Amino acid sequence: MNNVFVYCELEGHTVTEVSQELLTKGRKLANTLGVKLEAVAAGEGIKGKVEQQILPYGVDVLHLFDAKGLSPYTSKPHTAILVNLFKKEKPQICLMGADVVGRDLGPRVSSALKSGLTADCTALEIGPHEDKKTGKTYEQLLYQIRPAFGGNIVATIVNPDNRPQMATVRSGVMKAEVLDPAYKGEVIVEKVEDYVPQTEYVTRVIERHVQASKNNLKGAPIIVSGGYGVGSKEGFQLLYDLAKVLHAEVGASRAAVDAGFCDHDLQIGQTGVTVRPKVYIACGISGAIQHVAGMKESGIIVSINPDENAPINQIADYVINGTVEEVVPKMIKYYKQNSK
Amino acid sequence: MNIVVLAKQVPDTRNVGPDAMTPEGTVNRSALPAIFNPEDLNALEQALRLKEQNPGTTVTVLTMGPDRAAEVVKEAMYRGADGGYLLTDRAFAGADTLATSYALSTAIRHFAPYVDLIIGGRQAIDGDTAQVGPQVAEKLGLNQITYTEEILSCDGKTIRVVRHIDGGVETVETELPCVLTVNGSAAACRPRNAKRVMAYKKAEVPHLTCADVEADLNQCGLAGSPTKVKHVENIVFKAKESKQLTGSDEDINGLIQELLASHTIG
Repeated sequence: MNNVFVYCELEGHTVTEVSQELLTKGRKLANTLGVKLEAVAAGEGIKGKVEQQILPYGVDVLHLFDAKGLSPYTSKPHTAILVNLFKKEKPQICLMGADVVGRDLGPRVSSALKSGLTADCTALEIGPHEDKKTGKTYEQLLYQIRPAFGGNIVATIVNPDNRPQMATVRSGVMKAEVLDPAYKGEVIVEKVEDYVPQTEYVTRVIERHVQASKNNLKGAPIIVSGGYGVGSKEGFQLLYDLAKVLHAEVGASRAAVDAGFCDHDLQIGQTGVTVRPKVYIACGISGAIQHVAGMKESGIIVSINPDENAPINQIADYVINGTVEEVVPKMIKYYKQNSK
Repeated sequence: MNIVVLAKQVPDTRNVGPDAMTPEGTVNRSALPAIFNPEDLNALEQALRLKEQNPGTTVTVLTMGPDRAAEVVKEAMYRGADGGYLLTDRAFAGADTLATSYALSTAIRHFAPYVDLIIGGRQAIDGDTAQVGPQVAEKLGLNQITYTEEILSCDGKTIRVVRHIDGGVETVETELPCVLTVNGSAAACRPRNAKRVMAYKKAEVPHLTCADVEADLNQCGLAGSPTKVKHVENIVFKAKESKQLTGSDEDINGLIQELLASHTIG
């Protein structure tokens, strides 16, 4: 009762990175609250294959649901599992990834349980709260912190009275750290039919193509990233040229993706990938808070922008007042000259 | 088929000017242009295509908001929708996604008890939560397909859809009735039709109130919202000590040499 739960998303028999990041965060939250960390994994043929990918993060109880029809993920059976499990276990917090699965599942579960859900959180903390209207005080609520309203504000959201307090978090926002490879957690193999009526298997997956990400933004030591200021698809080629000589990956802001300059896989920020490279070269990026949320922990930030008041310049180590067309070819030229 | 399209009028957060925030740090909605939420237009297009393919289909738009939100219903009618409703009441004010989905689901029960398909955009640009579609589906006890890219077929009983998933695509099939949410990368919405603009320019969009749809006041608006905003911070970055450079050859050469010397790059 009252524990912290993490829904572990599986791709086949592999626990996704975001789930391991959330288990790490969940362990910390559980420690602060003095409660247990519990995990839920549902799929087909997963028994004996996923436990060691989950327990080492400090999971005290793993609820395992292994049955035909649970993989690949479809909305209704996984919803039934969480809703019925949560009615029984009454968690105080539930975390899941803010990806396609978590954003499909989270709202359904919150709607069924009438609990609050905050999407795409960039930080989670525990703290007190006072309801100014009723004067009621709360000792330890989950602060769900996220940029909102087009990134012009950062809001701290709480769910004072409804449980579980639910939040989704994007991949890469939290860090995954194994607590103890030999951590002793209990594995409960649940009877799936007690949770999922046969009538819930209503979506048939006809075909499925998943390929590993084409880019390696999350692990890249150097990222050359372009924004709306790059101006065009052709302009992005310059960034690829620079990335090639620096052995870097190319990223983008949402504005560049929305403008069709590049593929949406490249998007860095709150609703894209979160990165922590050694060097982040921001080309024509103004620096909306959603973008900054996804790159602010970069080691060295170089901003190339003709607008000296661009918000990103505030967090940059080097501000180059100039256009992308002017500066990037010079960077390539002088890198080639100096690195030999 | 009986199709309901969920549409929202949103402030255009992509074009935020300097007066978008009040000095107190709250959002100055009146300073932002109100637009048809972009992904709801993609949703409308999917509905209109099904209407063309399945004679006898009606497309009804539902929106919730203040009086001026009725504009999105009319805009949808100019583009091909048959009609729509504005769900509006003081009691709905301050609703989070859960209270919003409750209100929308009571309205759908009220005017479309035999709905076949409910289609909305994946998410709205003012919140980016993508929660209302699935929450409506759950409240109505319907199945859902989120992240829809294309409807491959729909015969009024079964629907087959291509959806985007992380790192790929998936083709799924399910029975109607169900809820679909549509991505911004799906087919763009057709433009207004001049004849329809003339025909519906003066049309009145019917209003539905909390009482009309027999909604439980405890589940509406602020009262029905489990999430509370504890604190809002206006964005001011903490300024770093940054080196200011120009685009001159000298400055760029110096920067590259500095980064190479510190083994930051290279």
